[in-house]
Amino acid sequence: MEVLSLLAQGFGTSLLPLNIGIVIVGVTLGLFIGAMPGLGSVNGVAIVLPLTFIVPPASAIIFLAALYYGAMYGGAVSSILLGIPGSSTAVATTFDGRPMAQQGKAGLALIAAAVASFIGGTISVILFTAFAVPLAELALRFGPAENFALVLLAFTTFVGLGGDDAMKTIAMICLGLVLSTVGLDMISGQPRLIFFDMPGFFAGISFLVLAIGVYGIGEVLWTLEKSRVAPTVTPARVTWSEMRAGFAAAGRTWKTMGTGSVMGFFVGMLPAAGATPASLMAYGIAKSTSRQPETFGKGNVEGVVAPETANNAASTGSLLPMLSLGIPGSPTTALLLGGMVMWGLTPGPMLFIEQADFVWGLISSLYTANLAAVLINLALIPVFVWALRMPFSVLCTLVLVLCIVGGFAPDQRMHDVWLILVFGVVGYILRKADYPLAPLVLALVLGPVMERSFRQALIAAQGDPTTFVTRPLSATFIALAVLFFLLPVFMKLWQRRKGSHPA
Amino acid sequence: MPSRFTRRAALGVAAAAALSTALPAPALADWQPSRPVEMVIMAGQGGGADRLARLFQSIIQQEGLSRLPFMPVNKGGGSGAEALRYLKDNEGNPHIIMATLNSFFTTPLQTDLGVDIEEFTPLARMAVDTFALWVHVDSGIETLEDYIAAVNAAEGSWRMGGTGSGQEDSLVTALLEAEFGITHTYVPMGGGGDVATALVGGHIDSTVNNPSEAMSFWQAGRVRPIAVFTDERIEAMADIPTFAELGHPIEYYMQRSFVAPGGLTEEQQSYYIELLRALNETEAWQNYAREQALFTDFLYGDDLMAYFIEQRELHAQILASMDDPS
Repeated sequence: MEVLSLLAQGFGTSLLPLNIGIVIVGVTLGLFIGAMPGLGSVNGVAIVLPLTFIVPPASAIIFLAALYYGAMYGGAVSSILLGIPGSSTAVATTFDGRPMAQQGKAGLALIAAAVASFIGGTISVILFTAFAVPLAELALRFGPAENFALVLLAFTTFVGLGGDDAMKTIAMICLGLVLSTVGLDMISGQPRLIFFDMPGFFAGISFLVLAIGVYGIGEVLWTLEKSRVAPTVTPARVTWSEMRAGFAAAGRTWKTMGTGSVMGFFVGMLPAAGATPASLMAYGIAKSTSRQPETFGKGNVEGVVAPETANNAASTGSLLPMLSLGIPGSPTTALLLGGMVMWGLTPGPMLFIEQADFVWGLISSLYTANLAAVLINLALIPVFVWALRMPFSVLCTLVLVLCIVGGFAPDQRMHDVWLILVFGVVGYILRKADYPLAPLVLALVLGPVMERSFRQALIAAQGDPTTFVTRPLSATFIALAVLFFLLPVFMKLWQRRKGSHPA
Repeated sequence: MPSRFTRRAALGVAAAAALSTALPAPALADWQPSRPVEMVIMAGQGGGADRLARLFQSIIQQEGLSRLPFMPVNKGGGSGAEALRYLKDNEGNPHIIMATLNSFFTTPLQTDLGVDIEEFTPLARMAVDTFALWVHVDSGIETLEDYIAAVNAAEGSWRMGGTGSGQEDSLVTALLEAEFGITHTYVPMGGGGDVATALVGGHIDSTVNNPSEAMSFWQAGRVRPIAVFTDERIEAMADIPTFAELGHPIEYYMQRSFVAPGGLTEEQQSYYIELLRALNETEAWQNYAREQALFTDFLYGDDLMAYFIEQRELHAQILASMDDPS
């Protein structure tokens, strides 16, 4: 009950007119930043952070949190409309979001994504409110071995359930893993795979560069080729009946939303994991528990709902270790943490005790930010969908410009722009040869975490590999990973047996 | 909280007004930037160097120290190799300054970049960050003797966590090993925050975190500092002895300085030095530094260059001793 009175006090702060205004501006800004391929919540927060000194700290963090939330909602927009994931957390949303848009159901997909994001955000804020402090302790028990096992699990949920040609999927994962090793190795401090001695490769290959290349440029090339034969402009419109259908469709997927929210929250809470593995695992679970797994990847609304609930839930979850332990779970929360230090607050175990006003003001603002985000997002969907009705010749130019600008903006390096163009052509060729692109991109995102935690665990255990199976949490995840990997094989065997012995 | 803010804002306005008249006249007259200044950061977004640079940016803005804005740009690739190369390639450009850390010394020593840090224009050193030796409270270790005994008893399997290999934490660990003749298993964990958490979670046995990274866990009674790597005690942790007091004079600091590309005129250099001097005197910065256990010895111009050369020599020695463990 103490929690409720603290929360009520918090609402006293977050419902001040200034703070409500701040939430609305923050969410709207975040929505657009998130919707731009290339720009994500990290860039948005970094840009506005120094400007937040004009308001009191509580309002400043509320603004930044609203922006963070808005960007999470916005990420789905470019995934669905353009097929370009604006951030790594929105990769899984493209799997079914893009096909839906191509079938003229972009409005439906966007509505489902907004509703799912809202549910994911809300459930996780409730979990946050209730269990913030004890859960932070759980997150501490995740060391390198546990992190490795968790990322392995994220990988296998994806590989084991992939409907594509298994050999091609594995080939793409390997290519992605190779690309993920480019740059300076943190463990040994040595440079690896610096192609042609170009200094640009020292920084490694960022996820955005690869994703914008293969999805953005690759997609433009692909569509250009196809539309020469038959222009495939899908008329998309948002009508009231479609709105209702969107809500109804989202409502039918309540089970997916429930698991997505809870799992997203827990995975997001872990410092090394975060929203990307969470969204993938949610997608994997939704597919494996579905009655029609074969419709996934072809425009099943559940394939949009699952990752969107999970990534929003995870973004709330990642605030938890930041506030209660002072550990950022993602680059964005690292910046928020920096902001808090600048405002004279010390994040960490003492924050909940010494700065209760601030903490509960922030938590309560997550409720209002969530509500504001879903309303503003729904109101803007017709605008987003309208963009799709542009003639392809215009849209294609626009996408191309967005890709280049989005690739250049974060680090301001021409090196990245050239890489995007190279990846665009490579992506197009791979697509023609019928190779799946998602495993390539995801291997690049998850590869560094997996490699680093694997090596850290081995170093810490003096090179003893049993460390992965003797630690209970790690052993559990590894067992689950093996299960997920073998699941499709078992399913096939079982179906064959059932087929040969009709009841 | 709002009342505190208003007071601070009022102070800021007053300070800005005072500064605009108090700034040395020559700096205003001789040279001023004619376009926004790029503040290159040698590390990625969200790290310690980045947070500090953004703090400087906001103080400059808040207190009106510059007519034109300072724009932070992260060039963290290759442990700062990217930033160093960028500065080198922009020789004579007075609208770029760079916020440095110790990779300013180590990266050119480890990688052949064609960059000589003596060619850059030294501006000012804002602070040096400090280091301390930390253990988990459950370890029962309270003194340096306990620590050495525990590490020796572990026979090389004592897990010292830190940032990447060849970065500051590994250098401090090397100094520690050389002084006491002990061996650790060095586990590179990533950023300073990851290192601190891993210690609290018991995934490593000790760290050499900056006090700012581990301070809140100490206050919460989870970790314990054993000794600090400074010449005198740190104000924010006055009860903790220095290694020198314990008879082992090992010191190590992380410097936070600003440099500009080579080939700047004296007027351009003195404009930035005066700006940073004004920044150094703001209350906002001094408070922050005290809370985060940073030492704020302002050093500029030729003295700073002498310091850079001395530090480069020191880092070359430590790196050489790490390559050759015998």
